[in-house]
Amino acid sequence: MRDLPASIDATLSLLQDGNYVSDRALATTLFLSLKLGRPLFLEGDAGVGKTEIANVLSQTLGRRLVRLQCYEGLDVASAVYEWNYPAQMIEIRLAEAEGVHDRKQLGTDIFSERFLIKRPLLQALEPDASGPPVLLIDELDRTDEPFEAYLLELLADFQVTIPEFETVKAKEPPIVIITSNRTREIHDALKRRCYYHWIGYPDAERELAILNLKVPGAAERLSREIVAFVQSLREQDLFKLPGIAETIDWASALVQLDKLALDPETVNDTLGVLLKYQDDIAKIQGSEAAKLLDQVNSELATAR
Amino acid sequence: MTMADTGRLPDNIMHFARVLRAAGLPVGPGQVIEAVRAVEVAGIGSRDDLYWTLHAVFVNRRDQRELFDQAFHIFWRNPRILERAMSMLLPTFGAENEAPPPAREANRRLADAMFPKEPGATAEQKPEEETLLDAAFSFSAQEELKTRDFESMSAEEVEQAKKAIAAMRLPIVDVKTRRFKADARGRRVDMRATIRASLRSGGSIIPLRRRSRVCRHPPLVVLCDISGSMSRYSRMFLHFMHAVTNDRDRVSTFVFGTRLTNVTRYLRQKDVDVALGDVSESVQDWSGGTRISRCMHDFNTRWSRRVLGQGAMVILITDGLDREGTENLGFEMERLHKSCRRMLWLNPLLRYEKYEAKAAGARQILPHVDEFRSIHNLESIADLTGSLSRDWPRTEEATATTWGAVA
Repeated sequence: MRDLPASIDATLSLLQDGNYVSDRALATTLFLSLKLGRPLFLEGDAGVGKTEIANVLSQTLGRRLVRLQCYEGLDVASAVYEWNYPAQMIEIRLAEAEGVHDRKQLGTDIFSERFLIKRPLLQALEPDASGPPVLLIDELDRTDEPFEAYLLELLADFQVTIPEFETVKAKEPPIVIITSNRTREIHDALKRRCYYHWIGYPDAERELAILNLKVPGAAERLSREIVAFVQSLREQDLFKLPGIAETIDWASALVQLDKLALDPETVNDTLGVLLKYQDDIAKIQGSEAAKLLDQVNSELATAR
Repeated sequence: MTMADTGRLPDNIMHFARVLRAAGLPVGPGQVIEAVRAVEVAGIGSRDDLYWTLHAVFVNRRDQRELFDQAFHIFWRNPRILERAMSMLLPTFGAENEAPPPAREANRRLADAMFPKEPGATAEQKPEEETLLDAAFSFSAQEELKTRDFESMSAEEVEQAKKAIAAMRLPIVDVKTRRFKADARGRRVDMRATIRASLRSGGSIIPLRRRSRVCRHPPLVVLCDISGSMSRYSRMFLHFMHAVTNDRDRVSTFVFGTRLTNVTRYLRQKDVDVALGDVSESVQDWSGGTRISRCMHDFNTRWSRRVLGQGAMVILITDGLDREGTENLGFEMERLHKSCRRMLWLNPLLRYEKYEAKAAGARQILPHVDEFRSIHNLESIADLTGSLSRDWPRTEEATATTWGAVA
């Protein structure tokens, strides 16, 4: 277990230790959110490393990771808590058989912690030996507004009221990371309570650093070419630009194919790893890919 | 300070209240009495005090502030402004060397409220007379207005049509969500409520509690063409869009001519004049050319993923006349169609019985819409209401059933 970072530089090196190459802007926001105990709201296109931050934090800080994947119709029963109904039924029958007629007693027996099924949000409020856990609320945009409103309450006080049971309050608030792919706008009221950071695509230098960390098996020249190619691809008019996750996937794929450098044929064959829309693939495949590759190679040659 | 000391102030407050009422604020006699009392208590030390005292009494919604603010300044401050406002209503003669300053729309409404009987004011500028007209609105007149093309409406009729649109409601059919609510006739058993109810009787009886799915209307996205060819209609459509945006949540509105502008935030303003004023300030391509293809491309790449989530419905209002090349339009429309629940195309040109989608743009759009309707008069907007509230299968679901039938 590690203490929370005391400065922005410490935050940067913390992320670095978790194999996460971050820019200073992100480290600053993260530092503030850790220091002041406010949730961190991360928005950005798919595959730019939003979720990864929570993983890295939990690893490097030695905290438990509690993950809540959001989806449409997410409700209290699957996000916060639920009662174990079959067990409760049996308990009622047993009480009946034993001749217990004290209703109040039965009520407290039935609605006790024994029968409570804890879902992620409640789990995150529980005390943990290694310190408050990292709570990852992933893809919040997939759920609907009522859940968002519920979350507001939770994030304000870090407490959950279970009417039949009691109010559960976290002794120490968890580290909260919220991510969104922006398939809809999150309400301002929620954003206001968080530190907001937009994670964009990295520049060539940072992307190369990421690639060297994540795919150490790739040849130096291959990595450079991959990064330059992906960077120039992001300047094209595509429906979905490739994220860092795609770059890493592509590099791993090329390593598996024992490639040491890019050639037009390989690019065409493996384009499906980078681009996930048929229209985009059709646009780039063939002559456009060859053109981009030529451009990349000449740029790399002049840089050398 | 007693009533006697304040001299003519209560009278003035009463007159001010009447002005506010005429301008559209819901001010009753109770509020007038309250205002007099409030002023008595607060005193009239400064203009600011008076302003906020009256504000506290008369304004109870955010969107009334604009009207109140202007009314206050005209009524209480400077008689000269009053004169100028009056002169704006009088017919201007050639000798006048100074053009009246561009007054905001709300200002005009106020001026109307203050001097309703001013000679020279046109019928359009008299809300009071309009109300009269409304009250006496015969059935046949309404019928005629309903079927009159927006293009051929007089200014006065346009005003009436705007009112009718503002009163319209759009019942979009609700779709099932994955959420549940307590419902005695629901299909599913609500275990939690059941156990609780059972405990109430000591556990010997287990009365079943039920629940059913919550239904909710899907998000709505309106894309409206405001190019030159649509200019006669676009004002009216903006009123329509304003009514829709304020009627429900989860509505996004866009206008496009040569470029796409998101006007959702402006149209959320409750006051229609302020809202439309903001829109016209933010939109730079009024009545210009059309680049549908380009705008649809922008929408697809920049907005579709942000506003078309959760099964949105798209209403496209355009005549399909594109100044630029349309070769990519079909492709963009296909993508748009594939990423929404249902797509409706409203075309004012469809009013001509023999309209055929001959324009290149229209031909490209047509294969990718679920429904193609006309929108050129009040009746067609009202019909739209019926179309939106009808139950229709989701495109994917429809395909799924066909597959099931084959297998």
